[in-house]
Amino acid sequence: MLLIRCPYCEEERPELEFRNAGEAHIARSANMAGESDDDFEKFFFIRSNPKGIIYERWRHMHGCARFFNAVRDTVTDKFIMTYKAGEPKPAKLPKDSNEVVAK
Amino acid sequence: MKKYSVFAIAREAMRGHKGWEEQWSSPEPKKEYDVIIVGAGGHGLATAYYLAAVHGITNVAVLEKGWLGGGNTGRNTTIIRSNYLYDESAGIYDHALKLWDGLSQELNYNVMYSARGVMMLAHNVHDIQVLKRHVHANRLNGIDNEWLSPEQAKEFCPPLNISREARYPVVGAALQRRGGTARHDAVAWGYARGASARGVHIIQNCEVTGVKRAPNGAVTGVETTRGFIGAKKVGVVAAGHSSVIMNMAGVRMPLESYPLQALVSEPIKPVVPCVVMSNTVHAYISQSDKGELVIGAGTDQYVSYSQTGGLHILQHTLDAICEMFPIFTRMKMLRSWGGIVDVTPDRSPILAKTPVPGLYVNCGWGTGGFKATPGSGHVFAHTIAKDNPHPINAPFTIERFRTGRLIDEAAAAAVAH
Repeated sequence: MLLIRCPYCEEERPELEFRNAGEAHIARSANMAGESDDDFEKFFFIRSNPKGIIYERWRHMHGCARFFNAVRDTVTDKFIMTYKAGEPKPAKLPKDSNEVVAK
Repeated sequence: MKKYSVFAIAREAMRGHKGWEEQWSSPEPKKEYDVIIVGAGGHGLATAYYLAAVHGITNVAVLEKGWLGGGNTGRNTTIIRSNYLYDESAGIYDHALKLWDGLSQELNYNVMYSARGVMMLAHNVHDIQVLKRHVHANRLNGIDNEWLSPEQAKEFCPPLNISREARYPVVGAALQRRGGTARHDAVAWGYARGASARGVHIIQNCEVTGVKRAPNGAVTGVETTRGFIGAKKVGVVAAGHSSVIMNMAGVRMPLESYPLQALVSEPIKPVVPCVVMSNTVHAYISQSDKGELVIGAGTDQYVSYSQTGGLHILQHTLDAICEMFPIFTRMKMLRSWGGIVDVTPDRSPILAKTPVPGLYVNCGWGTGGFKATPGSGHVFAHTIAKDNPHPINAPFTIERFRTGRLIDEAAAAAVAH
């Protein structure tokens, strides 16, 4: 079971309190009806599914109930960092994660 | 290839079993092949076998980063059934089921297909409605499926608890008698032996690291840990890693990879005569010929390539097993493991040509691909050989996620998603 740090509660809590909500930083179009089939497919179905660093959303269902984002290595399942919803995708990851980023 | 038979056994018994030959050869990779299959699991090896046996294409290599059959082929719970709801799914899964029947004879290799019946339990009104809908839809498609009362279910599987006092009492069941199990390793080995005997090269410990394309976009071969290998056509059958390989060719896929776990108990005398699965309490169980209870658990909720999963997932499934079979509450579990399954948004596989000329993909089998192995290989070989899908796999395109023509098979794993 993963141990996940909620950036709102500022606490590490067991995975059972959380719900994964899929890949992060996928922008929803403001004009959904105007989307082409290709763009809708990219938004709705296509996922990066990386073997390595993933940016994903989590929700602290049984805690503060808020959504936030996380950076995790999908090979080791180790979390590199979590950050609040709405914050930009981190351009640089924390130093101690260099080893996993290099993969 | 020497044929296996009772005479062969007698002959070898007389001379100390010194005459058995290797089941498949391990040649050095050639510079170029007509077709390269990426992934030597059941589906990939079956594809290579049918390319050679049905279409006469023998200049084929199957590349495997680890060992043959060491991925999901060796990690699944070996359940075979075809009681899927939609016509497209019924078509492909029943095509596979028909091939299972007689596969041991065709391959001259005992894959131990046992049509012991797959029973899916209902625990509430919704289950009854869904399962009865499946029964009727299956019958319209010529697939056997029948409705059982709780008493009939218990008669078919005596250790089942049908007490009304259970937390989730059994209120009925759907039974597909042609469903059952097979020996997963033997399936990979049998196809490997058959393909190798027809000239297919099976190259293990050879990881694909890149897909090469010509200026016009067409595939020209693959980069591997053993150097570049040219090919006119490349078929990707890499299960949980399919999207990784497809990314190398510049194709983004509608796939996400999750860990799926299974576990086995200590071996005991025969007690579970069939396969029992339950959507609602989320468990599936059968007993191997060795005597172990083979139990399938669920996926973790997050994308991962770790080939391991959370303990609470197993616990949840064992809760359900103990509920369904109180006699197993004191059983010891011997081993648990995880595999990485590639799941599509509509829970149906993708067996198709891709936007890249010469590149084909067979993926997205999610949590239930083993049962389809022969059918999948058979129609995928057709797709590669003819550069056109077989009518059975024609609906399973990548483009369906753009056109919206999904095959929304929520029952694909027979467990709640």
